Amino acid sequence: MTDTLLSNARLIDPETGSDDLGAVLISGGVIKEIFTQGTDPKGEKLAKVNAGQVEVVDCKGKCLAPGIVDIGVKVGEPGERHKESYATAGRAAAAGGVTTIVTRPDTTTAIDTPEGLDFIRRRAAEDATVNVLHMAALTKGREGREMTEIGFLLDAGAVAFTDCDHVVRDTKVLSRAMTYARSLGALVIGHPQDPGLSRGAAATSGKFASLRGLPAVSAMAERMGLDRDIALVEMTGVRYHADQITTARALPALVRAKKNGFDVTAGTSMHHLTLNEMDVADYRTFFKVKPPLRAEEDRLEIVEAVRSGLIDIIGSFHTPQDEESKRLPFEEAASGAVGLETMLPVLLRLYHSGELDLPTLFRALSLNPAKRLGLPCGRLAAGAPADLVLFDADKPIILDRFKLRSKSKNTPFDNARLQGKVLGTWVAGTRVYAA
Amino acid sequence: MRFDQRHLLGIDPLRPDEITTLLDLADDYVALGRRRDKHAQALSGLTQINMFFENSTRTQASFELAGKRLGADVMNMSMQASSIKKGETLIDTAMTLNAMHPDLLVVRHPHSGAVDLLAQKVNCAVLNAGDGRHEHPTQALLDALTIRRAKGRLHRLNIAICGDIAHSRVARSNILLLHKMENRIRLVGPSTLVPSGIEHFGVEVYDDMREGLRDVDVVMMLRLQKERMDGGFIPSTREYYHRYGLDAEKLSYAKEDAIVMHPGPMNRGVEIDGTIADDINRSVIQDQVEMGVAVRMAAMDLLARNLRANPKEVMA
Repeated sequence: MTDTLLSNARLIDPETGSDDLGAVLISGGVIKEIFTQGTDPKGEKLAKVNAGQVEVVDCKGKCLAPGIVDIGVKVGEPGERHKESYATAGRAAAAGGVTTIVTRPDTTTAIDTPEGLDFIRRRAAEDATVNVLHMAALTKGREGREMTEIGFLLDAGAVAFTDCDHVVRDTKVLSRAMTYARSLGALVIGHPQDPGLSRGAAATSGKFASLRGLPAVSAMAERMGLDRDIALVEMTGVRYHADQITTARALPALVRAKKNGFDVTAGTSMHHLTLNEMDVADYRTFFKVKPPLRAEEDRLEIVEAVRSGLIDIIGSFHTPQDEESKRLPFEEAASGAVGLETMLPVLLRLYHSGELDLPTLFRALSLNPAKRLGLPCGRLAAGAPADLVLFDADKPIILDRFKLRSKSKNTPFDNARLQGKVLGTWVAGTRVYAA
Repeated sequence: MRFDQRHLLGIDPLRPDEITTLLDLADDYVALGRRRDKHAQALSGLTQINMFFENSTRTQASFELAGKRLGADVMNMSMQASSIKKGETLIDTAMTLNAMHPDLLVVRHPHSGAVDLLAQKVNCAVLNAGDGRHEHPTQALLDALTIRRAKGRLHRLNIAICGDIAHSRVARSNILLLHKMENRIRLVGPSTLVPSGIEHFGVEVYDDMREGLRDVDVVMMLRLQKERMDGGFIPSTREYYHRYGLDAEKLSYAKEDAIVMHPGPMNRGVEIDGTIADDINRSVIQDQVEMGVAVRMAAMDLLARNLRANPKEVMA
């Protein structure tokens, strides 16, 4: 395999926070060398490379960043392959600049045994062109009664343990699972939401839900869920990640946990960063996500928390749903939206509005999730895997949901005017997508 | 006089002048209803289907009578018993009915927004007969007509809406309508039954009923919706009656000529004392039922006029 040189690129490195023109040399699937004004002021090294046996890709000044690591992607295998398969999820990811998918175990049936995990690992390896890692359920059947075989599942390749939106109600069960996970160094991912308060809710309580007559949950349910989980983290010492923090009221609890030195990180979703409850308008079910969209004040606080680094990770929480499960009255409709392919252009709204710069955005999209899972990717540095995304941050597009590569087309951004387009994606040095 | 709506999905889309137009026409139909010969021809040749996904004897009877008095062919479909149980989706049911070419579709559904969804999929006029906790426009219109006839006006009145606001689509539609017509609205109820953020709707919220009723012109009681509660909103019905049930003592805080309203069916001894409900000097509860038929006749008449005026749009 000849080496590849991605030249004349705007290099976005979240690790150093830099945003400079330069070139990246890929060799043997890893980044061999980075050339910028700083490392190669006269361009002599670059000239030497150019003279050798190398395939040159001219990036024309567009942005080159470490590929996105998306924690919490739902693929419909097993059980709901008509909604999304590993082949379609892989294509959608490649087209969205996502180089590593970390799947959720909330499939039908749940991924709660090493055999089940083995099956989806094989499916992913056969069909997906991007890296795929898997999470496993924390309790059997995600029922919150008995912990899964955490040790065997780790051996089989599980990178984290979560029951997703099935919050473990029984704190004794959860504390035991956390204690056991701690002894194995496993990462536990929680869904901070008080299960009693949020029962039956389809919206966030407030003016909008009252006007539309929708059953609603107080934003406080998230704080209560997070407080409970953090207390158990303090008790057990487990490595813990909160999947989605979406309300301002939960942030002080997170600040305290981090200040106290607990091994706690938090994520949020692309939808909660870019939409608010008013977007639901006349019961548009493509805007029904879990937890429900929040008030604009919450959205602004969450964007600020990502900027400051309090919230570590942004995910798409890609949840494919077919038309039938969405074409129902709002309360009955399924939750979730697809996001693998739309995440980067959608989040670039925050860049264009001046709220986040690109290195900060990629810190939350690539560097932090990789670090949390102990992966070597997420950086633009010599020795890191050549998982890269090349994108034009300014190109205006109108999103057409029927052109998405996902089997399911349930995006709230249909017809949205966005700025940003993925031009190419490399996984371990191999180009898996070209616009 | 204008009425530019294709459907009647809620009070929210209506303009104040459209509300007045509808109430004026309803006044005529009240007169018609009091004659021996009650027939008119406004809907003759049209097909009206009443689709009730939730039981309601009163509203369904009112719509049926309204349609028949105006000469429509009326069909009642009780949806709890039918295809929904066999797993058919709301959209499929709507498409099936649509293929029978109804002109007016009257829909009640237990979920908020379901009637809006249905209206997007059919090409007849849709009337919302109540969707979840969202809206119940004909109830608000009949309440408005009752108030206008009793008080001689529908503006600058002090109106208290009391009881289970949270689960009530009647309350939401009434708040929207009375607000559009420039009245002062007070909501009275235990805080567990008052939805959050409601103060943004231009209303005053009271948890003390006596304070809330002070000097009001109209007292609107709401039914305690036991079937919509998944438990624990109030400690007991007797404590509820003690604090929020309308009796003579609490009513004495309102204006001397204040009227008492209730959308029915009543829970006597829970939200209202039986003697108040039956007091012909105060209670207009029976009038509300009469106005209900007239308002529904007016609503269907106006929608049918728009159907006939724009046949192309309807056929599309």
